[in-house]
Amino acid sequence: MSDVAARPAPNLLAKGWVKSGLIFIAVVAAAILGAQFDDSGTLYKVFIDPFQQMVQAPDLLAQTIWEGLVSGVLYALIALGFVLIFKASGVFNFAQGIMVVFAALTLVGLYEKGVPAFLAVILTLGVMFVLAVTIERVVLRPLVNQPDIILFMATFGITYFLIGFGEALFGGSPKQMIADQLWLPKGAIDLKLFGGLVSLQKIDIAAAVIASIMIAALAAFFQYTRIGRALRAVADSHKAALSVGISLNQIWVIVWFTAGIVALITGIMWGARSDVSFALEIVALKALPVLILGGFTSIPGAIVGGLIIGIGEKMGEFYWGPLIGGGIESWLAYFIALGFLLFRPQGLFGDKIIERI
Amino acid sequence: MFYREAGQFKSTYSADMAVFPLRQDRIGIAVILALAFIGVPLIGNDFFISSVMIPFLVFSLAAIGLNILTGYTGLISLGTAAFMGVGAYAAYKLTTAFPGINIIVLVLVSGLFSAAIGVLFGLPSLRIKGFYLAVATLAAQFFLQWAFVRVPWLFNYNASGAIEVPQRTLFGFPITGASASPETRYFVCLVLVVGLTWFASNLVHGKLGRSWMAVRDMDIAAELMGIKLLNAKLTAFAVSSFYAGVAGAMMIFFWYGGGEAADVFNIRLSFNILFMVIIGGLGSLIGSFFGAAFIASLPTILKFGLPALGVPLSGAAAEHVTFMLVGALIITFLIVEPHGLARLWQIGKQKLRTWPFPY
Repeated sequence: MSDVAARPAPNLLAKGWVKSGLIFIAVVAAAILGAQFDDSGTLYKVFIDPFQQMVQAPDLLAQTIWEGLVSGVLYALIALGFVLIFKASGVFNFAQGIMVVFAALTLVGLYEKGVPAFLAVILTLGVMFVLAVTIERVVLRPLVNQPDIILFMATFGITYFLIGFGEALFGGSPKQMIADQLWLPKGAIDLKLFGGLVSLQKIDIAAAVIASIMIAALAAFFQYTRIGRALRAVADSHKAALSVGISLNQIWVIVWFTAGIVALITGIMWGARSDVSFALEIVALKALPVLILGGFTSIPGAIVGGLIIGIGEKMGEFYWGPLIGGGIESWLAYFIALGFLLFRPQGLFGDKIIERI
Repeated sequence: MFYREAGQFKSTYSADMAVFPLRQDRIGIAVILALAFIGVPLIGNDFFISSVMIPFLVFSLAAIGLNILTGYTGLISLGTAAFMGVGAYAAYKLTTAFPGINIIVLVLVSGLFSAAIGVLFGLPSLRIKGFYLAVATLAAQFFLQWAFVRVPWLFNYNASGAIEVPQRTLFGFPITGASASPETRYFVCLVLVVGLTWFASNLVHGKLGRSWMAVRDMDIAAELMGIKLLNAKLTAFAVSSFYAGVAGAMMIFFWYGGGEAADVFNIRLSFNILFMVIIGGLGSLIGSFFGAAFIASLPTILKFGLPALGVPLSGAAAEHVTFMLVGALIITFLIVEPHGLARLWQIGKQKLRTWPFPY
């Protein structure tokens, strides 16, 4: 498909009537556009008014960008779980969203049973480890070497199972995340900025900091430890990794457990901002455009993609949303990602797709 | 013993290429059709027909649509429900604008609208493939779902935001609306599904179907052999969305009745239809029916079957158990037979052919 651009285009402009026709169309279009840039015209509302608002109220712009940044960090965290598993096992793990919910619910549920908060965190990690081992044993191992779409479907099965299991254990009603007990800060800092007030929630700052620490830790883990090197080897080639004696099964457990840890942290952060409920599962779908934007195989891609999507979505909703009835947050992210994909089909940072016959 | 091709000689090329080359298969299809047209309305009560058979037919059609895209052309789509919604809303707009035209014609025409939208959202498939495409089709899902709620023109500026299914008749019988009996609605659905399945079968066995399968197996190789990827992929999207659109219109007009139109075409429905295709068998029309029967009837069976077996379950707990069982069953099925129920059916037929010998 890529050679289309390389073909010499027939020089249509050589013909006089084509040229004059084009000039005519351009003049008419310019006239119509000029009329539209009037204060009430559509184009004015789309192309000029939002930017005027941005310049006139920079504090609002800063607030919007900050909110976009924060939701971007959370999208990036969910996307990170996807990327970890996709890199190491080639499975497009649809269950990451429900794993976030499940981890958060387990944590809150344990705390409600009277377990001290930090012990509950450790126990939840244990639960996530058991989950990882179970998934590897029951789902992945029998399905090894199946086509991608079958594994993808299997993660759907996991999703359904976890939804039913979680609701049966903890009930379907939304729960309060135990933010105070985990020493997460509360309240907001009001910054005086550009002649206005920009309010930053402390929990958001904490989320950004914790996310950065976690990503740095993951990067170090991948780069400098023995297991990390094995993980990268598996990501490069299953067969080659097997042939040098890396145990795929063990790597898969580790990778799903790592994704479980990421899920728990995401669940705590997201739960602290709103409630812990199964609605989070829908939010997790927001991580998908982040993934295609950043590339399925790239950890930096997940982060940059998350930030682009978060900021783009919030700004689009705030400045352009009212023009077409609002609520565009639900699909804007996908269109932003699609726009990028049309130019880079493998995502911003994804491995170049090489196809051979 | 009795299921064997011995003695059935084919003397023409077309007989050799027939979809059902075995006489026993033809008899089997005739029996199934007779059962569907005569047996079910005679035996089944209203509940069975309206909450088991009609959903089964609607989902089968949607699954055939997705199977054309995913199973035959190899393009994963997660936006089927949205295309179904396009069909439903198009049918509603058409029947309110042209009340005089027969509703069945309008249901089919609304499929064309869905096909057009499908082609539009299928355009990225020329650049991107695999899971990237799957996520890209989610754009269609979320955008169209948003449009169904936020664009008042689509529901004729109703204050409630819902669409109402008006009463329409065929040969004097009401076939939509509250006064239509389940049997008539079932007949209409059955005729549409049988007709469209026949059409799909001809498509996938013909030139177009071959080009789809070539693209599925390896699109670069198909392109080198002279198959135009643009045409193959976009016709797959168009035909698939056509089927989905008709299924969606059927869903609202012959099953639900409009009130829930804004919520029913959600992402979960898209996933369910993808399940049907995978569990039924990718690239198999009969698999679409198996998958639809399995996924559509599983919750009903569990809901009414478990109490009958003496497992006492309250409403909420039953729902949780259903979820867990569906999840577990999906995984089990994928492990036991990744090629779906259609493959099991094939294996069964092969065993029957050689029975009582092992091979």
